Amino acid sequence: MKKLPYDKTIQCVQCGYCLPACPTYMTMGKETHSPRGRINLVKMAAEGQISLDELQEPLDLCLGCRACEPACPSGVQYGKILEEAREVLHEHKGQSTSKPVKWMQDVMFQKVFPDPKKLRTAADLIWLYQSSGLQKVAQKGRLTKILPENLSAFEEVLPEVSSPAARRKRPAAFQPPAGTAVRFKVAFFTGCIMDAMFEKINRLSMELLALAGCEVHVASGQTCCGALHAHAGRRDDTVLLAKQNIEAFEQLDVDFIVNNAGGCGALLVEYHHLFHGDPEWEERARRFVAKTRDISQVLAQCELPLKHPIDEVVTYQRSCHMSNVQKVVREPLDLIKRIPGITFREMANPGQCCGSAGIYNVVNYEESMEILDVKMETMKATKATVIVTTNPGCLLQMKLGVQREGLSHEVRTLHLVELLAESAGLAVTS
Amino acid sequence: MNAVKYKQVDAEILGRIREIVPDAKRVLTERTDLASYSFDASFGTHFPELVVQPKTTAEVAAIVKLAYEETIPIYPRGRSTSLSGGPLPVEGGIALDMSHMNQRLEIIPDDLIAIVSPGVLTANIHQAAEQVGLMYPPDPSSSAVATIGGNLAENAGGPRGLKYGVTKDYVLGLEVVTPQGEVIRTGGRTVKNVTGYDLTKLIVGSEGTLGIITEAILQLIPKPPATATLMAIFDDIVTSGEAISRVLTSGILPAKMEIMDQACIKAVEAYQPCGLPVEAEAIILIEVDGHPRAVEEEIKEAARICESIGASRVEIANTEAEREALWKARKMVSPAIVRMKPTKISEDATVPRSKIPEMFARLKQIRDKYQVNLVVFGHAGDGNLHPNIIADKRDQEEMKRVEKAVAEIFEAAIALGGTLSGEHGIGNMKAPFMEMELGAAGLDVMKRIKESLDPKNIMNPGKIFPKPGQRLVLTEG
Repeated sequence: MKKLPYDKTIQCVQCGYCLPACPTYMTMGKETHSPRGRINLVKMAAEGQISLDELQEPLDLCLGCRACEPACPSGVQYGKILEEAREVLHEHKGQSTSKPVKWMQDVMFQKVFPDPKKLRTAADLIWLYQSSGLQKVAQKGRLTKILPENLSAFEEVLPEVSSPAARRKRPAAFQPPAGTAVRFKVAFFTGCIMDAMFEKINRLSMELLALAGCEVHVASGQTCCGALHAHAGRRDDTVLLAKQNIEAFEQLDVDFIVNNAGGCGALLVEYHHLFHGDPEWEERARRFVAKTRDISQVLAQCELPLKHPIDEVVTYQRSCHMSNVQKVVREPLDLIKRIPGITFREMANPGQCCGSAGIYNVVNYEESMEILDVKMETMKATKATVIVTTNPGCLLQMKLGVQREGLSHEVRTLHLVELLAESAGLAVTS
Repeated sequence: MNAVKYKQVDAEILGRIREIVPDAKRVLTERTDLASYSFDASFGTHFPELVVQPKTTAEVAAIVKLAYEETIPIYPRGRSTSLSGGPLPVEGGIALDMSHMNQRLEIIPDDLIAIVSPGVLTANIHQAAEQVGLMYPPDPSSSAVATIGGNLAENAGGPRGLKYGVTKDYVLGLEVVTPQGEVIRTGGRTVKNVTGYDLTKLIVGSEGTLGIITEAILQLIPKPPATATLMAIFDDIVTSGEAISRVLTSGILPAKMEIMDQACIKAVEAYQPCGLPVEAEAIILIEVDGHPRAVEEEIKEAARICESIGASRVEIANTEAEREALWKARKMVSPAIVRMKPTKISEDATVPRSKIPEMFARLKQIRDKYQVNLVVFGHAGDGNLHPNIIADKRDQEEMKRVEKAVAEIFEAAIALGGTLSGEHGIGNMKAPFMEMELGAAGLDVMKRIKESLDPKNIMNPGKIFPKPGQRLVLTEG
C-alpha cells in the first residue's frame, strides 16, 4: 500500500499566501478547494482524521495548475503532494471502482495514449468526419446534441485535423535553408495528442525550428510523455512511458530535446523525480531533463525571419505548467513582441489557469466552465483579436471560451508557433 | 469568564440557518469542509460544527441573533491568516466565513475616505486608493491575502507602522453586529468625532469577541510621490541599535526601518546567496518617502549617520531594480528559515525602541538556554521584533523547549516595558500571559467589558481571556 505524503504536508505553515493564486478557491469560494485546504486534508487523511473516500473529491477538483507553488513562501512541494496522494487514491479506488469503468480507463491510459497507431486511427476518423461534410450535417441536424454537454462542446472546437496522407508523409528530419549555418541540433518531441490532433502545429514547429537554423530530428520509438497518467495517479504507467522516451532520445546526439506543449514539457523536465534513488535510471533521466526545452526557449535564442506584419491586438494565455513548473515565462512574450505590427496586451491576472488542465474540462465540465468564464472576462477586456497559447489543452479550452462568448468570427486562438509561422510566411499544406 | 453550556448545532438549528441563507452553497456541513475551517496560520485544529458564508449584514445579524437565543458560539473569520489563533473555533459552533462579504470598495477622494465591506482584501484597498493618488497606509505582509475585516479585528500593523501607525489609526467608523444580533454604527466619516465613547477603537483589535464588523469607513492620506531605500550592514548588533536611535532623533522619520539578525543572514545566504557578509551581526533596511527632493536628502543623511556610527557597509538604491535587490534579502528570510525545519513559531513581542539592543541580547540568551533555532527580524523602528523559532512539531521534546522559550520571550518583552503582541493579536495562544502584562485588575476591567456586551459569551469564546490553569501549548494531539 502506498503511503500519503505526510512529511511533505508538514512543510505547509497554513499562512494562506497560496489562496489568491488558486483558480478553484476563487470560483468555488471555500477553503476545501484551496491549496492549503487540500494539503490539510491530505495531512488529516494520513492521520486518519478523514477517510480516503472523503479526500477524493477535493483532490479531483484540483486543476493541478501548480500556481500555488511560486506563491508559497515555504517551498511546499504541492505538485508532489497532489501526485502522491492521487497515487494512493488510484490504488484505493482500484479496489472500489466498478469493473467496466476501470477497464475503460485502463484501455485509454495503457493502450490508446501511448500507441501512435491507435491515435492516428482516431485522428483519421476525425479527419473523415470533418472533411466529408459529415460534421456540418451533424451540427446542422443537431445530431451532436445527443452527446453530453461536455463532449458536444468540444466537438465544435476540434482543430482541423491533417489528412492521413499529410501526416504519414512527414520526413524524419528537417534541415535549415541551404547556406544557413546550423545553430542547434535538436530532437523534436512529438507527443501523443499533439501529433494526432495538432499534427499541423507539430509540422510548423519543426519547419520553424529549421527556418531558425536548427537541424531537427524526429526520434523514432518515442511515445506519450505520461503527464495525463501522472495526474491521474497512475505512476507505474508513467514510469514505463518515461523509460521508453529516455531510451528513444538517447539514440540521438543533439543539443536540445524540444517540445511544444506546456503540459508535456512540465512532466519531461521532472522525469528524474520518477526515478528518485534508482541507481541507473535517475542519471539517465537527469541527462534527458538537462536537454529538454520548450520550443520558445530555443527559438528565443535564434534569428527568425518574421517578415510579414500582423496588425492585430494579441494577448497570451500562459500554460500553467509551462510557467509554474518549467518556469518559462519571458520567452513566449519576447517572441510575440518580435512580430512586426503587433500590439501586445496582457490580460489582468495573466497567471490564472484557463480551466483546461489535461482532461479536467471534460471530467469536471461545470467547474471548468466557471474558471473559463473568469478568464474570458479578462480576455475580453484586452480587446484582442488573437489569443496565443502554448499547450494543446489551453488552445482547445480558449477556443471553447471564444465560442461560448460568441466571438468565433472576431477572435482567433492560435498556438504561439502558428502565429510565428504566419509572420514568417510558413504554411502547411493539409 | 462564566462557564456557559453551549447548545450543539442540530437539525433544527441547521434548518433555521438555511432559512436565513437559502443558498445551499454557502452553508457547509460536509466533514471535509469543517476540516478546512479548523485551522489558521498558528497552532491547533478545532472543527466547527457548521460553516456559513454570509453576504449581507442582514444575514450576519440574523445568524448572530439565532446564536444568541440558542447560546451557540460564533467564530467570525476572514481568510484565516491569523498567527495567534484568532479565528479558531475552539468551542465548535458556527464559523462565519466573512470573506464572501466583499461587495463594497468605494473610495471617496473628496472626503479622503474609503468605505469597505469586511471581506475586501487589504491589497485591493491599497490599489484602489493609489489609483486616485491616495494611500491606505497599514500594510501587514499578508495584505494580498488577508481581508480588511480580519485586519480590523486584530488591529494589524506592518512595516509602515513607524511613520504611519497601525490599522486603528485609520478607522473613522464601523458598522457592527452586536452579540445580540443588533446592527449599530460607531464613529462616522470625519476625522474629528467626540460624540460619546469611542466604540470604534474598542471594537478594532477586540479580535471578534465584542461583535462582528460588517462595514468600515477608513481614512486615507495623499500618497507620497517618492521613496528611497538604503541597506546598512553592522558587525555588531549594539551599534546597529545606536544607528536606529540616531537616525530617528536626527529629524528623519523613515517609512520603514527593518532589521535582520545574523541567524537570518546566514539562513538567507545558505538558501539563496545574495552576497551578504555572514560574519555581520545585523542588517538594517531604511526606506524614506515623501517629496522627491526631501527623500533624496534624507536618505543621504541616514546613510551618513549609519557610516559615522560604524556601519561596515552602506548601500543606497538608485533604481527600482536596486531597491528590489535590497529588499530581496529581507523577503528571503521567511522561505530561507523554513528550509531548516518545517514548523515556524512567529512571535511579535514589542519593546520600546531604545530597548532593542537589550532585547536582542535577551533573545540570544534564550536561544542558548533552550537550544532552539531562534532567528530575529522585524520592524526595528517601532520596536516590533519578530523572534521566530524554527522547530519540528513532530518532535515533542523540542516543542516543550520551544514552549518554554516562547514564554520567556514574553517575559523579557514585558520586563523591558514592552508588550506580548505588537500586531498579531492574543487569540488563544497568548491568553495565558495576559495577566502578566495587564495585572489582575487590568484584565478584570476587560472581562467586565466583555461580560456586559456579550453576557452569554458567544462571540469568539476561548480567546483573549485565559481559562483557569490555561498554559501555552504548541504540541498537537
